[in-house]
This record gives sequence, C-alpha cells and structure tokens, in this order.
Amino acid sequence: MKYSALAFIVFVMIIPITSCNTKQSNSNLELYQCPMLCEGNKTYNDMGTCPVCKMDLQIPESTQLNSEGSNEISENSIFNLTSNWKTEENTSIQLKDLKGKTLVMVMIYTSCKAACPRLVADMRNIESQIPEKALKYLNFVLISIDPKIDTPERLKAFAIENYMDGEQWTFLQGTESGVREFANVLAVKYKQISPMDFSHSNIISVFNPSGELVHQQEGLGVDNKETIQAILNLIPI
Amino acid sequence: MKNHAFSLLLILIVFQTTLLAQSKSMVYIEGSRYIPLYGRDSTVVEVKDFEIDIYPVTNAQFKEFLKTNPKWQKSKALKLFTDKSYLFNWKNDFELKDNEAPNSPVTYVSWFAAKDYCECQDKRLPTVDEWEYVAMADETTRDARIKPDYNNQILEWYETPRTNENTIGLHPKNVWGVYDMHGLVWEWTLDFNSVLITGESRKDVDKDNNLFCGSAAVNATDLMNYAAFMRYAIRGSLKAKYAMKNLGFRCVKDIND
Repeated sequence: MKYSALAFIVFVMIIPITSCNTKQSNSNLELYQCPMLCEGNKTYNDMGTCPVCKMDLQIPESTQLNSEGSNEISENSIFNLTSNWKTEENTSIQLKDLKGKTLVMVMIYTSCKAACPRLVADMRNIESQIPEKALKYLNFVLISIDPKIDTPERLKAFAIENYMDGEQWTFLQGTESGVREFANVLAVKYKQISPMDFSHSNIISVFNPSGELVHQQEGLGVDNKETIQAILNLIPI
Repeated sequence: MKNHAFSLLLILIVFQTTLLAQSKSMVYIEGSRYIPLYGRDSTVVEVKDFEIDIYPVTNAQFKEFLKTNPKWQKSKALKLFTDKSYLFNWKNDFELKDNEAPNSPVTYVSWFAAKDYCECQDKRLPTVDEWEYVAMADETTRDARIKPDYNNQILEWYETPRTNENTIGLHPKNVWGVYDMHGLVWEWTLDFNSVLITGESRKDVDKDNNLFCGSAAVNATDLMNYAAFMRYAIRGSLKAKYAMKNLGFRCVKDIND
C-alpha cells in the first residue's frame, strides 16, 4: 500500500512534464470496489466480482474524478485546453487554474441585449439557491464570446453592475481562437438538439472539480432545478 | 541527350518539390465582397485578401505532422478532442493502412486536430465565407455560380461515392489556381459552428432555419442553392470532435500588410 502511494506520487509528479503524450496507464493505482458497496468502502486491487452480491467490481467514481490534490487530468477534462484567458481582475490564467472547484459555466457577451441578460439572471438564480456555506466550493464562470469588446475592464464593470463581483464569480476574456475552441468543446453535447436549433449559446454547463462535464442546461429561463441538483451533488457537504 | 533530359527532369523535380514545400503550396486570393452561396437575402460578406493551400492536406503531410506532434497520434489523441473514428484508416500511430494512398487527402480528422495542424504551420483553417468564396470559382471565372455547368458538376460529385480515396489534384484547378475544392472531400472550416460564435443567434434563427430545412431546399429557385444547402447542412450537423471518412481540410494564411 505504501508502495502504491509512492508510485502514485511519482506518477502525479511526472504528469505535468509529459502531459501532452502520456497515455492513461494508471492501472497500477486503480482500486476496485463493489458498485453496491456491499462491504462498505472495502477496495480490491484486481478486477473481479463482489463476494457478496457477485456484481463486477468497478473503479469508484470518487477516485476517477474529483480527487482533490491530484494533478491528474482525465482525457475528457476541459483542463486539457491550453488556451490563455484573462479574468475581470486582469489576471492571466489557463482553464486548469480553475481546478478544484465545481464550475458552472456560461458563454455570454456584455453588449448582448436579448438572451444574455436572461442567461445572467439564470446564473444568479442558480447561485442564490446554493447554500451560502457551499459557495466556497463553487466557481461561476462567465466566458465572453466577444473577446475584442469584452476586455477585463469591461467585464469588471459588468460584474459590479450586475452584483456579480463576489469571490465565486469569474469572468473570462479569451483569444478569438481560444473562445472558438472552448465553444466547440461545449458543443460536444449539443448533438442532442436538432442542428437547426441555434439556442446553443443559451447553455449553462456544470463541470466537476476535475473539469469533466456533468450537466448541461439548455434554453432560457428554464427550470434550474436539475442544474442546482447537479451542482449540489458535486459539493462535499 | 537522353541523359541530359533526365538530369534536367531530376533538377526540375527537386526544384518543384522545394517550391511546393514553400510558397507554391499556397496561392493568393484577392478578397472581395460577395453574397454567400447560401443566399441569405442580400447579406453581403466581406472577405479580406488571404492565401490558401492549393491542395487539401494529404495523408503524407499529416504523417509528418504526427511525428512532431505525438499528442495527435491515434493512440494518444485525447477524447476531449477526438471521437472513436479518429484516424480510423491508420494502422497505428505512424502508418496508414495498406490500401491508403499517401497522396490522398487526410480524412478521419477532428476539427481540433485540423486546427492545430494549421496553427503549427503558422496558418489557420479558412472561415466558411473564405472557403465558399474560393469554391465559387470555376476554371475561368471567380464567381461561376450562375453557370449551370458549374453546379451540375458539383452535384455530380455529391452523387459519386468514395471520392476520398482518390488522390489530390486530379480535377482541373480553378481560376485562382486551387485544386479540389469540389470533387474530393468535404473540408473543415474554422467557424463551422459560427452561429454560436457570432452570438447573434436570435437574429439568425428565422433565416437560418431555412438552411437546414429540406422543404426550403426544394423550393430554392435554382440548383445553386441546393449544393450549398448540402454543404451547410453538413457543417451544421458536425461536432468538433467528429472524424469522418470524407471530411478533410486545408489551411489558409492571412496577408500581413
């Protein structure tokens, strides 16, 4: 056990160096668990079946994702994106700097008069329904699709104007190419709606602290209940 | 004499390849204003001057790219950026399947891979407007869209299966000197998902609904719109991580004044 912990640390330390071309081969540190938790949190080192219910053992989700302190980024994580962004405080960041908190993301632009104010209202509505003490686990991220106009100053002004200047709010200005790329990453889930439906941009996405998409809410002024539930599920309280 | 001709030929070949590798792989496109093929009523778009690859990117070129960019190799490409069929026609990280020609256009590539390929060469993917602008030329005219021949030819190609297995440059070049805009493969464009990018979805909805609606295509006043409908419908149905058998790409470059 000690050995595998050591191996894990070494593995984690190697990842940032070779992140571009590491194949996900972490078999030496995977632990298997009965999906029904027949024996509580008991884990096994090998694949097999649960001695109680005979179900196939699985890798528990909590170690796959959401493992705080781990630098491992899964293949589906948005933290694989290497584009550079600026926050409303004019700090330069990459998306992986947002790691560790549950992310609620939406794409807007501040000069937008029709859909965006309602999207912003939806975001505030969601935020207001999260218990206060849970907010520190959350980051509400508003990404501008209009990086030419939406400078950090403008985003900051927008944040203040809309009472979204707290710790839990982040506004991002990207490069044109970075924004387009990120939009296309989100579009991954758009396939469920018909190709003629252009409400793509009216989407609120929830990512777990490892940057994996867990929920998307489509449309304007829709019921936020599911989104809020998805967020609460990711919060460790 | 024979010997002389041979060495001349050799020199020519060497010279040509270096040329191809350098400037001659692209041609200059003089920008202009035009109404895109899909005919959004009287919406004129402006295309600035740019350079475009004469040919779509080939298997051989992509192979070179994979050597220096291992993250795009078949086994290493991230799921965030590719789907299961990414480089489906490759045996492994370095080799094409035996029946694939190096000189065929590379296909089974995702938008992310195509975008990175172009950016690695200091180029980018063409926008939809740029691509359509170059594609509306035939062998003699920059805007051949009113010619029945031009449209018939494109539609004929749309009916021809497995054109992706052909090699590049088999069709006559268009008036710009660009090959294979039609007749070989569909091509990725930078903003294939442009509706989101402009963010003007509320404005676009009514008009663009027509784009993907079959009945609208049938009602179109002429064939020209039909070919365009097909291209735009394909773009509209794509996801950036998709890889398809008959979808390749080429790059363009801005002109820096």
